Amino acid sequence: MHIPDGYLSPVTCGVMYATSTPFWVVAVNRVRKVLTHRTVPVLALFSAFSFVLMMFNVPIPGGTTAHAVGATLLAIVLGPWPAVLGVSTALGIQALFFGDGGLLTFGANCFNMAIVMPLVGYFIYKVISSNSDALSPRRTIGAVIGSYIGIVAAAVCAGIELGLQPLLFHTASGTPLYAPYGLSVAVPSMVFAHMVVAGPVEAVVTGGVVVYLQRTHSSLIKADAPKKKEGKLWLLWGALGLIALATPIGLLASGTAWGEWGIDELKTMGLGSIPQGLQKLAGWWPAPMPDYGLPRMAAVIGYILSAFVGIILVAALLCLLGRWFSRKNKDKSDISSEGGTPVN
Amino acid sequence: MKGDDFLTKSISGFSRVLESVVSTEDISRAPGLLQILDPRVKLVSFLLFIVGVSLVHSLPILGGIFVLIFLMSLVSKISPGFFLKRVLIFVPIFTLVIAIPALFLTTGQPLVHIAGKIIITQQGALSAGFLILRVTDSLSLGVLLVLTTPWANILVALRWVRMPSLLVDILGMTYRYMFLLLHSANSMFLARRSRVIGSFSGSENRRWLGRALATTMVKSQRLSEDVYLAMLSRGYQGEVRVLNEFSLKRRDFLWIAFSLVAIAALFWVSRL
Repeated sequence: MHIPDGYLSPVTCGVMYATSTPFWVVAVNRVRKVLTHRTVPVLALFSAFSFVLMMFNVPIPGGTTAHAVGATLLAIVLGPWPAVLGVSTALGIQALFFGDGGLLTFGANCFNMAIVMPLVGYFIYKVISSNSDALSPRRTIGAVIGSYIGIVAAAVCAGIELGLQPLLFHTASGTPLYAPYGLSVAVPSMVFAHMVVAGPVEAVVTGGVVVYLQRTHSSLIKADAPKKKEGKLWLLWGALGLIALATPIGLLASGTAWGEWGIDELKTMGLGSIPQGLQKLAGWWPAPMPDYGLPRMAAVIGYILSAFVGIILVAALLCLLGRWFSRKNKDKSDISSEGGTPVN
Repeated sequence: MKGDDFLTKSISGFSRVLESVVSTEDISRAPGLLQILDPRVKLVSFLLFIVGVSLVHSLPILGGIFVLIFLMSLVSKISPGFFLKRVLIFVPIFTLVIAIPALFLTTGQPLVHIAGKIIITQQGALSAGFLILRVTDSLSLGVLLVLTTPWANILVALRWVRMPSLLVDILGMTYRYMFLLLHSANSMFLARRSRVIGSFSGSENRRWLGRALATTMVKSQRLSEDVYLAMLSRGYQGEVRVLNEFSLKRRDFLWIAFSLVAIAALFWVSRL
């Protein structure tokens, strides 16, 4: 999944650096708070481990071998944010020193393998294994499923990054300047390869290590337990953001959602006449973002923007509602407590 | 034999990395053209070159750039066989495999007809060419930078371009301990290889691999504790101090002038 330089346009590379930077900043701050002076040695050793892990050849059926990334494994043992930094460092050394993955594409590679992969994998692991003890088989199942979904999510991101290139960057005659395959080829082929080969490899390696650690060093598995409520909220936000980023996948599907036809679509579907009521009502609510976005060229960006705007609007609305309700309840409880306690 | 092949593959992978590091250290200390330049100037100029390469829209220019890079490697006393092997094997070949379907899938003006059907389009051929040449150019620039700059100096340059010192420290220490862990993993694989006479099933091998990885992980965790204590006892207070004795010389200014001209030319060409 290491994207070399030359596959992505410089603009995409810049955007991906900009997307990854806030994650790095948060990771550095979090890690510093937890590890304090230990930050450098602990992260250095685990980054080195991550590098070595990526070099292990895993035997797969058919006699060949494949490599694992280990991002979810690192997140399970170290916690998600140290894993972000650890895998980023390992990828940095691979790119700088061994030409594995490019220097301009470093931001994109880190986003896929060092940010999406450990965060998604860890989120799934947490959901499945929540409140189980360190030796519970739920931990193993969580690790296996989490790492599998983590690497497939990373492949989806890589597929989108590659697939956007011919859409956005081509010469006047239509020659793609960078990666030549559109979304409809890049995303399915990346996802298929990772669902069939790399995903199972990742899952087997992660599961194998977690089982062994449970038997011999269960403290390493237990070590991650910040039991605060807010600790899980960011995971939810992360997952939402990822889903929003994945919305352009909808472009791959032909046709429209069932039951959400517009008037013009109904006509082409063979409906002889449009019901009068429908025709009357059709235009009364002018959507600010018709069909979620702008014409073809920017369709993908439009999709992502629409998704984010939608999330922000819904979140703001719920936030307001929530505040309103909690204030109401608070008023009530204030009144009842005032009424209930004797005043001296 | 088939099932245990991953042991041999891993061992040869480990030794390839160790070997390439040793040869890189040798080359980066040879008295060539690029080796004597200031690492900070070199890092920035090479990064800009890579950006420039990603902007060019012409196959002959991309080809010309590769020739220039190759010439630079020659005057930097890198043996041509070694350089070409390091650059051309793997990534460009892999890209070639990826680019071939683009010849047939890209729509556009016909280039090759077979039996009245359009097989290859102009756009497809051009875009495959762009991809392969661009990948080769960027990769060879990166390889040339690393081959002619000792690792410690790259770290100095990264610090100078304002990469957070925490990250530079981690990068530096990771590089150092990576070899220790590689060595220890290598011994583990060698020990296994030397004890295996027959062959194991795939699932048994994968189980062993899980144990080997977990052991390496536990080792690195313990080592990090020891290293931290060792650092603490030497007065470490959360900050690494480094000596930076680099100063720009006349040749560095000449290189800056050359790079500026080259980059300006690349940007100008990319606008055509």
